[in-house]
Amino acid sequence: MPDSSAVAPQYASIPHRDHTAELGMWVFIATEVLLFGGLILAYFVYRHAFPQGFAEGSRHTEIVIGTANTAVLLTSSFLVAWAIEIFSPATIRIVTWLLIGAACLGLLFIVLKGIEYSKEYDEHLVPGIDFLFAGPLANGVQLFFIFYFIATAIHALHMLIGICLLITLATLCRKAPTTRHHAALHSAALYWHFVDVAWIFLFALIYLPGRSAS
Amino acid sequence: MMSDTNYLTTDFTLRSWFLTTDHKRIAILYFASLIVFFFIGGAAATLIRIELATPQADLVSSDVYNRLFTMHGIIMVWFFLIPSIPNTLGNFIVPLMIGARDLAFPRLNLMSWYIFMLGGCTTLFAIFAGGVDTGWTFYTPFSTLYSNSYVIVAAAGVFIAGFSSILTGLNFIVTIHRLRAPGLTWYRLPLFLWSLYATSVILVLATPVLAITLLLMATERFFGVGIFDPRIGGDPLLFQHLFWFYSHPAVYIMILPGMGVINELISCFSRKQVFGYKFVAWCSLAIAAVGFLVWGHHMFVSGQSLVASLVFSFMSFIVAVPSAIKVFNWTATLHKGSIHFDAPMLYALGFIGLFTVGGLTGLFLACLAYDVHATDTYFVVAHFHYIMVGGMVTAYFGGLHYWWPKITGRLYSEYWARTAAVLIFFGFNLTFFPQFILGAEGMPRRYHVYPPEFQVWNVLSSGGATILAVAYLMPLFYLGYSAFFGKRAPANPWDAPGLEWQTSSPPPEHNFTTQPVVTRDPYQYNEAFQAEPQNA
Amino acid sequence: MWRQWIPFWHPGLSPHSGDVDLLFTGLLIASALVVGLLFFLLTLFCARYRAGNQTDRNHRVKKSWHWEVSWTAASFVCFLGLFAWGASVFFQIYRTQIDEHDVFVVAKQWMWKTQHPGGQAEIDALHIPVKRPIRLVMASQDVIHSFYIPALRLKHDVVPGRYQDLEIEIDKPGHYHLFCAEYCGTDHSGMIGEVVAMEPADFSNWLTQQAPSSPLASEGGQLFRELGCSGCHGGGGTVRAPPLEGVYGKPVPLSDGTTVIADDRYIRDSILMPRSQVVASYQPVMPSFEGKVSEDQLLRLVIYIKSLAGHP
Repeated sequence: MPDSSAVAPQYASIPHRDHTAELGMWVFIATEVLLFGGLILAYFVYRHAFPQGFAEGSRHTEIVIGTANTAVLLTSSFLVAWAIEIFSPATIRIVTWLLIGAACLGLLFIVLKGIEYSKEYDEHLVPGIDFLFAGPLANGVQLFFIFYFIATAIHALHMLIGICLLITLATLCRKAPTTRHHAALHSAALYWHFVDVAWIFLFALIYLPGRSAS
Repeated sequence: MMSDTNYLTTDFTLRSWFLTTDHKRIAILYFASLIVFFFIGGAAATLIRIELATPQADLVSSDVYNRLFTMHGIIMVWFFLIPSIPNTLGNFIVPLMIGARDLAFPRLNLMSWYIFMLGGCTTLFAIFAGGVDTGWTFYTPFSTLYSNSYVIVAAAGVFIAGFSSILTGLNFIVTIHRLRAPGLTWYRLPLFLWSLYATSVILVLATPVLAITLLLMATERFFGVGIFDPRIGGDPLLFQHLFWFYSHPAVYIMILPGMGVINELISCFSRKQVFGYKFVAWCSLAIAAVGFLVWGHHMFVSGQSLVASLVFSFMSFIVAVPSAIKVFNWTATLHKGSIHFDAPMLYALGFIGLFTVGGLTGLFLACLAYDVHATDTYFVVAHFHYIMVGGMVTAYFGGLHYWWPKITGRLYSEYWARTAAVLIFFGFNLTFFPQFILGAEGMPRRYHVYPPEFQVWNVLSSGGATILAVAYLMPLFYLGYSAFFGKRAPANPWDAPGLEWQTSSPPPEHNFTTQPVVTRDPYQYNEAFQAEPQNA
Repeated sequence: MWRQWIPFWHPGLSPHSGDVDLLFTGLLIASALVVGLLFFLLTLFCARYRAGNQTDRNHRVKKSWHWEVSWTAASFVCFLGLFAWGASVFFQIYRTQIDEHDVFVVAKQWMWKTQHPGGQAEIDALHIPVKRPIRLVMASQDVIHSFYIPALRLKHDVVPGRYQDLEIEIDKPGHYHLFCAEYCGTDHSGMIGEVVAMEPADFSNWLTQQAPSSPLASEGGQLFRELGCSGCHGGGGTVRAPPLEGVYGKPVPLSDGTTVIADDRYIRDSILMPRSQVVASYQPVMPSFEGKVSEDQLLRLVIYIKSLAGHP
């Protein structure tokens, strides 16, 4: 693959630059892990304090939408991985379409999430805006939904950033793909997979408690 | 010896400064912003000390007083101490020290300055719009339910500035991993880089937890939901756990770079290799790692379980071991050296003394039974000022003087620099040592009025603060004079072997004209100065 | 006169504070030794090895590891000793006993309200008899406060939403500072008071001289009826609720199979969050009294229920 732009002076070579960029993305992901980690820690503290409230809250989430969203996100991650795998000037049309497909699936995720939010709003389950939940478990349920909205909102924000990245890269490398684009796509893909993994954790924490047979 | 153009003279337009990606210019941008923040925070401290000269409330009302110490804390912690050495000296020196032409991600570096300024301006807006009265710790439920001030805006400022920290840490980690000059192995790195590496690890791993904590706090305050509100089942102590999970490691963010600078100074001015290089190097990482496991020592009297207190107390003693090792190694470095008492060395020696006192009083606080008495008193205030101001700020000034000829290409007045160093040392001790006594006698911190029997020590402290204020203002003048009218500095005024001294002063735009290659260990000093700065 | 300027020299006012002072002295001596050694070496090296001074600089220590290991081990052992000492004193301080004279402390912005079992209430003051352990049960109405008596080297945060126990004992009659040590807002530094330790005889005199007020337990009993608790817990009602006589201090089986001791905390939680820990074989029908009773009223109810402990 050609590389049109000159390497910035601090790099010795193109591979040097690309490996450096990749390391940067890994360090960034470490930061992100701790961001979600702090949130998940808070979740576990309260789930430990209110096991029944959290189970009850979880039963009020839309597991169908949640599961569909998991499938959507996994598929889009697959598309991105595929695009990286076949990235070359010859296959650039397919790569572009794969990236656009992944971005569209990401948008679909956001739309489904929006539908889920509006359902919860209709059911008066939005703490701080419209929350009505009578009964003994109200405290636990409210804490569950606070966590739910903060976690999914932060995740959705990450999704939006990822979608913008994918679309930008799709348009950029459509014309003349270079190693630089490949490296950038590689980092973007790491990020996108991370957002995916974060969702899998959130999915387990949000939708699954209180639904097992026991 | 002057090369034709250097990074300062390549371009003089404003645009060339505000859109620069040169790490050296970004360091200067940070430096200028930090001076402003330092003096804003310092002004607040001055007002606090004047108010505390008498037991009654005479200068300001209690609301104003609370806003003053909150502003002092927030500005000094997040907008001066945390970015101080990493973002100014680190930004400038790291690429030079490892023989690179820039940091790994220059544009990210510039972006981090803009993010920092955005966070800083947001916080300043909160302060000047009416202030914040929660203390820099934002403890709930006071901050979320009871405080009647600009908590969310101030927290947003800190939140934003956090991203700047993360990006800087990320940049350093990647740069130190990937951009070292040929032959510069890990064990040939100057110890300043080991410290900054450890600092960056903390920046990257702890700051996001602060971000999420502040976000939860702001959400609770804005939407009126009870994340930390006990009335609907929330736990105010959870906030403290999350907050200190960041804020205790943040203490090491503040002190580790200072320790790094001291390594450079001690070895340069005793013309010797640092004693026990590998121990000192790994001690930095040990401090960073264990530093994540001690946060609960801020909460011994909060009602956390006794077992937790026991564990946190134990870990706090453990984390003191590597610090002690460093102090012993610095002292041993002097042995059979050839010691020059230039201004940077005076700062370094002052650092060792003050840091030792700060560290030892840290043991008092780690010690469970005594902490019950001393926590939340002036003992704690004195302790962390010994570390943060006596340690970090002294190291910062030492490093600034040491690298000043490299940064500006000018020499400063050695006489004034030494005077300031000595004045800072004495002024500092006079300001803060009485506070240990106040704390031991039981004066709680954050008190606007206090019982009259504490007045003697408070007056001494305020008197010392006057000296300290003058001493901190002095460099502004003689360094300011030097920056424009000082004598030209040679490339290597200290006759130091570090890579940063192998290029001209100030360095050219891309640091090195030819890629340097490293063939030997760091700190291979000649015993005698080849060139004294005075007669360069 | 000069003695009061030496910070830690006030004699211990309680057995514990003596231990803490001894610990402090130990820490001071250890620190002084370290600082002395270090400053001695620094001065010595700086003087002997100053540049230009002709002295022997050959045979520098090259191999450093045995020095490193020895001072690492030395600091570690020292620190371990200090840790163990501090921890053992700490555990003595927080060892709580149950059968003591309870005083209830309610903290709110910006005052301390203390109440004796006989109903005597004080603001920003606390009278106690000397040489007798007193158990303080503390609650906060709003933000976090911290109950701090410097003369006893003792403090404990008062976190809203829970009771905190603290045992205090003063050996010498006198007036002592009471501070709020956790920043709590505008008038934080005004949230100070006085602990007055009195000889037991003076203390009982003082108790009787206070404005006559009914004991907290009987006020609690009155509240118990006013709030309608007696309707169900009284036994005669249509709703079946567990009787409260003799419950205090006893283990209570819960509906989820676990058992708790019915202490102050459990009773408080059961009033505010009645459905979180339901007694086995009862229905979760009790409404929450969150927001309907103040901390003052709560502790009267708790004391009332406690006073029923004697009844079978």
